[in-house]
Formats: sequence, C-alpha cells, structure tokens
Amino acid sequence: MAALPVVVDDAERFENVCRILSRFGRRPSGLIPILQAIQHEYQYLPEEVLTFVATSLDVPPARVFGVATFYAHFALEPKGKHVIRICDGTACHVKQSLPVLNALREKLGTSEKNKTTPDMMFTVETVACLGACGLAPVVVIDEQVYGQVTPERALGLVDDIKAAEMLMARAGATTAAEPALEESHE
Amino acid sequence: MSSAELVQVGPASGSATLNQLRRVVICAGTGCMANGAMKVFEQFKQATAETGLQVILELREEAASDEVRLSKSGCQGFCQMGPLVSVIPDGILYTKVRSEDVAEIVVKTLTEGQVVERLLYKDPSTRKSCRGLEDNPFYSRQNRLVLHECGFLDPEDIREYMKHGGYEAARKAFVEMAPEEICKLITESGLRGRGGGGFPTGRKWDAARVQNSTKKYVICNGDEGDPGAFMNRSVMEGNPHSVIEGLMIAARAIGASETLIYVRAEYPLAVERVRRAVADAEREGILGKNVFGTGLSLKCEVMEGAGAFVCGEETAMIASIEGQRGMPRPKPPFPAQSGLWGKPTIINNVETLAHVSRILKVGAEVFKSIGTKDSPGTKTFALTGHVANTGLVEVPFGTTLREIVLNIGGGITDDAGKIWKTGFKAVQIGGPSGGCLTEEHLDLPLAYESLRSVGAMVGSGGLVAMNQGTCMVSIARFFMEFTQRESCGKCVLCREGTKQLLALLDDVIEGRADVGTLNLLEKLGHAVQVGSLCGLGKTAPNPVLSTLRYFRKEYEEHIFEKRCRAGRCRALLSPEINEVKCKGCGLCIKACPTSAITGEKKKPHHIDAELCIKCGACATACKIHAVEGI
Repeated sequence: MAALPVVVDDAERFENVCRILSRFGRRPSGLIPILQAIQHEYQYLPEEVLTFVATSLDVPPARVFGVATFYAHFALEPKGKHVIRICDGTACHVKQSLPVLNALREKLGTSEKNKTTPDMMFTVETVACLGACGLAPVVVIDEQVYGQVTPERALGLVDDIKAAEMLMARAGATTAAEPALEESHE
Repeated sequence: MSSAELVQVGPASGSATLNQLRRVVICAGTGCMANGAMKVFEQFKQATAETGLQVILELREEAASDEVRLSKSGCQGFCQMGPLVSVIPDGILYTKVRSEDVAEIVVKTLTEGQVVERLLYKDPSTRKSCRGLEDNPFYSRQNRLVLHECGFLDPEDIREYMKHGGYEAARKAFVEMAPEEICKLITESGLRGRGGGGFPTGRKWDAARVQNSTKKYVICNGDEGDPGAFMNRSVMEGNPHSVIEGLMIAARAIGASETLIYVRAEYPLAVERVRRAVADAEREGILGKNVFGTGLSLKCEVMEGAGAFVCGEETAMIASIEGQRGMPRPKPPFPAQSGLWGKPTIINNVETLAHVSRILKVGAEVFKSIGTKDSPGTKTFALTGHVANTGLVEVPFGTTLREIVLNIGGGITDDAGKIWKTGFKAVQIGGPSGGCLTEEHLDLPLAYESLRSVGAMVGSGGLVAMNQGTCMVSIARFFMEFTQRESCGKCVLCREGTKQLLALLDDVIEGRADVGTLNLLEKLGHAVQVGSLCGLGKTAPNPVLSTLRYFRKEYEEHIFEKRCRAGRCRALLSPEINEVKCKGCGLCIKACPTSAITGEKKKPHHIDAELCIKCGACATACKIHAVEGI
C-alpha cells in the first residue's frame, strides 16, 4: 500500500521527462536546454532522471553527468522551499555582501557545503553577478530582487517568510481539521 | 560632427506623430523593477484614469494631443536612483519614485505642467536639483549612442523601433549592399569587438565571408559573465531589436542563414525581452523566409546559458551550444574557419552588434569622428562600487578616468554613501581579467592600447571604484577566487595554478606569508599566463599582478607588519578595549561567544588575545566605541 504512490509518482515523473525530450527532438545537441527544462519542472536533476535522459538520447551517462556537473545552474540535490541567493559580484563584494551571507548562514545554520536547512525550508547560496550592481549588495529571495541589503534587513526578510509559513501552516491545519470535525459530528 | 547630430540621424519619418503627445516613460530595467517600478506603472494607470486624463498604452498612428502615452522603457542606466520616471517632451526626470508619489506627478506635471521639485535628482556635490537629462552631470557628460534609445523606446514594441528607423539598416544591407561592401564598410569604420579582446570586427567578418561553405553561423555573445558588468544586460533589456538588427547585418555580410543569441541565464528579463523581440521580428516578416523580398532566409534562435563564466570564450561557447561541457579548444582553426558544427562561424558581442546598424546609417567617417584613432566610437562602462552615481555610462574612447569616476560618477563615497573628497584609492577595470588603475592614471585616456600599456584592459567594461577603506589584497583574492572557481580544468596551469595563487593570497591575508611569498606569486602568475589556452587562464593572474605592481606596499604591510591598513583582514586584527573609554557595563562580556572578555562591573574590561576569535561581536555590542582595532 505504501509503495504504490511512489510508483505512480515515478511513472508520472518519467512521462514529464519524455514530453520534454520530445519537445527538443531527442537530439544530444539539445542536452543543455533539455536539462534546463527538466530542472524547471523538478527544481533539481534527480540522478535516475539523468540516467533516463542518457538512455533516451543514446549517449553514455557520463556525458550527461559531465554536463550537469559542469554548469553552475544545474543542481543535483533538491533545494529548499525558499531559495535565498546572495550576489557574489564585485560591486556587491566591495559593498559588503559577505556579512549578509554570513548572517544568513548563521541564522539558518547552513554553510558552504550544506546549503539547505534540514527541514527543506531554506536554501542559502551565492550566485554569479546578477548585473544589478547599482543596487549592491543584492539578495534574491524566490526570484524577488532586494537591493542595498544589510545583514539586519536580510534577517528581517527571513523572519517575514517564517511568519508567513507559520500562518499558512496554521491555516492549513484548521482547514484540514474542519472536515474531520464535521465527520465526527456525523 | 557632434554626437547630438549623430543621434539626430537615427529617427526617420513617423516620429513627428509620436512627439505630439506627452509620454510618461517608466524605466523597467532590472534595477528599477527590483525597486518597485511595476507598482509605479500600475499606479500611473489607475491615477490617470481617476483624473480623467486620456491615457494610451500602445503606440498609435494617430493620437490626440491631449492624450498621454504611458510606456515602459529599458534600463536607463541610472540604476541606483530608481525607479526612474521621465516625462517627454517636458524633459523631466524623476528619481526614486514610489507609488505614493504618482498622484502628485499626475496632478502637478501632467495636468498643470509643473515640476515636482522633491523628486528631482540632487547633485550630491553641488546640492543643486537637476530637472532632466541636460543639467544632470551623470547624463549630460555622457555620449549615449548605443544607449540612447534604451531610455525611451519601449523594448517590447517592435513597431516603435521601426518607427524610429529600426530595421532600415538591415533592409539596406539585404537589398542594396553586397556582402563585400558591408565588410569593407565595417572595416573602414574601425569598429572593434566590445567584448574584451578588441579584435577588428570587419576583419573577423571578412574571414568568415571568404569561406566557401553552404552553411555559416552568426552567434551573438550575450554571456556577460564579468562580475560587476551589466552593459550587455541593459542593451538586451532596453533595445533588443538593435541587437537583432546587427545580427541580421552580420549574417548578410558573411552569408549565414542561421543565427543564435546566447544569453546569460542570470538575466531572466533580458532572456524574456530578447525572445519576445525575436518572435515579434518573425511575426513582422523581418526574420524568416524571404527576408526583405530577397529570397534569402534567416533564422534566429535564443539559447540560455547555464552558468559558466568560461562560456564567454568563443570556442567554449560553441561547445556549450553543441550540448557539451563548455571547454575551450586551441585556435587555429579560428571559428571563422571552423566553428559551430565545424562550419564558419562568427561570434560578436552584444554591444558590437548594437553599433552596426548605426554605422550603416551614418557611414564609417561619422562613426570614426568620435573616439581615438585606434579605438573609434563609444564604449559603455558599468560604473559601480564606491561612487555617488552608479550606473551605465557611455563615453567616447579616450575619455579620462577622472571624467568618468569623478565627474559623471559624482565622486568617491564612504561606506555610508557620503561623498569622500580624498577617498579615491583605485578603479578595477575589466573584471577578473583586468587590472587596477590608481590616482596616477586618473588622466589616462581610456582606450584599448593605453590600458594595455599600464597592465589593465578594457575588458567588457566593468569599472568598480574603490575607496581608501578597501583592502587591495582582499580584492585580488576576490577575483582569484572567482577565476579559480570558474576555471574549466582543461589546462593544468590554470586549474592548479589559480588554486595555488589563491592559497598564497590566503597566506598573506591570514598572516602566514613570508619573504618568498610575493616572488612566488609573481612567478606563478606569469606561468599561468603562459601556460593557459584561453582568455580566462591567460588573464586570470592580472588582478594579482596589477595590485602587486601598484599596491606592493600594502602586501608588504600584511606580511611584515601583520597589519591591514583597511582593517578588513580579520586574522590580522587585534581588538583591544580602550581603558579610558570603557565604563565597565558588561555588554561586551555578554556578546562574546568565546568568553574571552573579563572584568568587574564598572571597571575597564580586558580581552584575552588567546581566546579571542576576532569576530567583532564586542565592537558591535559596545555603545561607546571603546573596542578598538577591529
């Protein structure tokens, strides 16, 4: 019983991958756009999907892994629900982006190696220059760009997300609880 | 001919109808969008509706004179002061506009024709308000040719671009000119690649043109990876059609039928705008089959990069497009002989292509009349760091650093953003492959040759100004860390050499270096330059060698005196409590994570140097600044 949903999930997953592969004509030359599309779908590149892609394109898995590990954008591990990216460009660096990064890492308990919190809520990573140097230092949280960020402001933004998550969890708990209550009444 | 006249040549017929109505242009570049430009745009829509003003959002052939056209523009370059709102033809530029300010602009400016004083830009050194572009030193001292249209054209509206003479040059290239003529014209103009190398564009095209092949490719290099540079982003966001037009002309010149724009994935807005522009050009019948009725067909694809700096290098980019790891290969054969899929290929930078259509319109002589003899034309620089006005600056080659940093940039600032008259320390030019320029270079005319002679390079055009509070060893380390991370690993000297250079710099910063370290840095630096295949490795040691050349004393202080004059290198700090100032409140004792501070209440406290980890928590906690040396 417990294994069943996983099987369904996997089948669905590969169906999506197949669709993406067909969209790019199953050509090995389209490997990068294919991986980009897959990552867009799953937020990261699961290992079994990479092997599946290699088989479908008729190239050795090493070739697919080689490309996936070469480019900084491809993530081989799942990311947290909220992704915090600190710009690592020169302008941000001279305008003190490092204290912002350290403050966030300290607060969320992440590091250079472990970028994601154990509860899979946050990922803290640095990103190559975003070209918004006029706003340095820049932090991007879930695609929203924040400029002239101080460590205090960054921590405040994280607190806001945490508060919103708490509210949502509570709201979710009550809506989930309501039908249960009705049932018990019956 | 002055640049003003040169700009005048651009707009063709049709612009008269545009000028009849008043336009409100909201900058929609990455910087302004992050500061809430879209909210301002929506607020304008709402506020104008409430006051009964006739507002139109799209370009129309006929418009009543009392109508107001609301439009978005690409990056206007003055990112720090965003969101920017300009009112045309009144010539007013409002800065830092919030949605709360919109109602006032609508009432005062759009209906009463007056200026809202408090939203004008104030020159930080003279405290004078600037009404618009003409009296604002940031803009008035520039010479915006490539960027000119970024400020007022709607980048998402191909019709507007065409109304201002867009695609005229491409039509001319396809209908009236032979490929040889185009190559000759570009060679005569002296246009050089704006991506960093400065190779003559006309010669590159000619080399591909003479190749006998049925298939040829043109690639636009929009993989602007230099940290601290965003010129290409602004052009792709602000005027994507000018890039496509340049690409079409290049394709015609070499006889290519397929083109590709490779855009960096870190620029989502640029990707979106370029994709849209290509789709619009296809819909209008400009791209596709039978271009301008010549029977020639031209395809244009857009590809997103995947985050590798080395892909900015031609051969690495080709590998990336072919679906491989982005690793460079030896040249020759040059891409113009054997590039993408082994066919003749030319790769041009975004800014280079954006210059092309103007050259076809005004001719080589007019183009050459600006800039220096060997480096004609203008160049955009991304001016960032410790300057009052950060943003995008376009000036002729030969302009001095003083003009750019101190006049256009408005002077050096301290960490709090206040003007610091004597604060100038250095300017880093050309990103991780460039070098440092110091006070002695303030009057050096910036051009390809002059910069090379002082150990720097134009690079793609990033200019990072640094004040006296910057540690040059740390800056060298920052760039070395970047190139070390981005090295693709193919050449041993680049892969291992950058790692060792980084370790040596760490030694200097953390107080482990000795007499031999500096010599070793220099020797290894030269070895990496010689032993690397591509531009990344060949230029990777530049920031180290350049800071060693101009700031050797600072390195020596780190090594022999164990002292960082900027106070940035934590390991060299020795925090102490000033016994006279300290009141013994105990705040620092509570803040110290390693219990290194001891002392009785109301008596001066003491830091145990053995236990201290130099985290600075005590200095932050102390309200009377009694902790010194950190």
